[in-house]
Amino acid sequence: MRDVTTLTILGGVNKEGIPECIDRIEVNKGEIIGIVGPTGSGKSTLIDDIEQLARGDTSSGRHILINGEVPDSSIRVDPRLKLVAQLSQKMHFLADMTVEDFLVMHARSRGKGPELVHRVLELANTLTGEPIALHHHLTALSGGQSRSLMTADIAVISDSPVVLIDEIENAGIRKQEALELLACEGKIVVVVTHDPVLALMATRRIVMKNGGMVDVITTSLQEQQVCCKIAEVDNWLLSLRETIRRGDLVEGTV
Amino acid sequence: MKLIVLAGTPGSGKTSVLLHAIKALVSLGNSPAVVKIDCLWTDDDQRFQRLGIPVQVGLAKDMCPDHFTIYNTEDMLKWAETQGADILLNETAGLCLRCAPYPDNCLAVCVIDVTTGPNTPLKVGPLLTTADVVVMTKGDVVSQAEREVFRERVLDVNPACSIVEANGLTGKGSFELAELIRASSDTGIEMKLRYNPPLAICSLCTGEMRVARKHHMGVLRSLDGSMEYRGE
Repeated sequence: MRDVTTLTILGGVNKEGIPECIDRIEVNKGEIIGIVGPTGSGKSTLIDDIEQLARGDTSSGRHILINGEVPDSSIRVDPRLKLVAQLSQKMHFLADMTVEDFLVMHARSRGKGPELVHRVLELANTLTGEPIALHHHLTALSGGQSRSLMTADIAVISDSPVVLIDEIENAGIRKQEALELLACEGKIVVVVTHDPVLALMATRRIVMKNGGMVDVITTSLQEQQVCCKIAEVDNWLLSLRETIRRGDLVEGTV
Repeated sequence: MKLIVLAGTPGSGKTSVLLHAIKALVSLGNSPAVVKIDCLWTDDDQRFQRLGIPVQVGLAKDMCPDHFTIYNTEDMLKWAETQGADILLNETAGLCLRCAPYPDNCLAVCVIDVTTGPNTPLKVGPLLTTADVVVMTKGDVVSQAEREVFRERVLDVNPACSIVEANGLTGKGSFELAELIRASSDTGIEMKLRYNPPLAICSLCTGEMRVARKHHMGVLRSLDGSMEYRGE
């Protein structure tokens, strides 16, 4: 895999065609960067710009540089050379194939062997409470199963130096574990999120408004401390949820 | 003059992709003209007209729309020349998967909808297998993995094609397509088709309406795959 040390976003224009307040952001290897903003503020468009390594040819007019340079055209399109893996908001598969056929085919498209299929399945099953089997049909998987499989697929098959994640918190899966799985060492991770734990796990967050990047906030020490507290509350809520799922009483756990 | 023949199944986004590609071509200094072929009715010409470029519509009516396209290719090129165009964009009706109205000296573009599933590339036939450029649309509706699997299937049936991932809503891919169009070579005089049209000529082709077997003549194929000639 080619080494990616920096990802640079060169600003374009917002929905009104006015140049963005932020005209340049550099993200370094090992960094998690968040994207926040209300619905319709252009978060997904920014993610898409990075996915397709925009060169002024998308609606935003942004440019994406890799290691400070305009990336080669082949890197944009050939999955075998792709530098970017994307976990989109999509919660369901449309392909009428079994889990196994799909994973074998996807591994091949990324120039990898079928032996990875079992690792994907194993990982996916650690993220969801409802077990997935190789003979299951993709279209019949639940939202949580689909999302777990997509996450594991990215971690194993699409293993790329840049990882884009769009709203993992709505997925009905163990989100922190999923993020840790995707954001392993030495990667650049861009995550769209409003979840306080995930947003504050990022070192910085880009603020979107009306299609443009308006601010970049660096997570302060105080915010990091808040993050630790919320993580505790979050885990507590998760354990309560599991208790309720099991059919047990939550009395006495408070 | 460059000839671009754009084919693809109905609803795959041919017109939307073309509208964005035209904007890109005009911004790059080209003068494209469009001929839209359809079967019975279309209002796509109005969408093209809004871009201020020469537009003509051809309705195939009783003739097979792909045969109609092929038969009228010469006339379309002549018309485009009178309009001062340097690129003729011919959008076909896109119905039958048996024909592919691509001449050899054109840029053959097949538009295909990713949401129809990764088995679709295996079903589309010469429309896809003999294309120079395959434009994958609606990729924003599926995951990245699904797009990549679809792409792999396209390359299985047409290893030499250039693939463009496009979005008819946002215009993604339009500059890539425009660049491929600009890089294509000029069309020739003695054009030949890349793929033969169907072999059969039967009584149905000449207007027979009755269903029973005894009424049919010509080159006919049965469900079991056997072919015969019935007639004089």
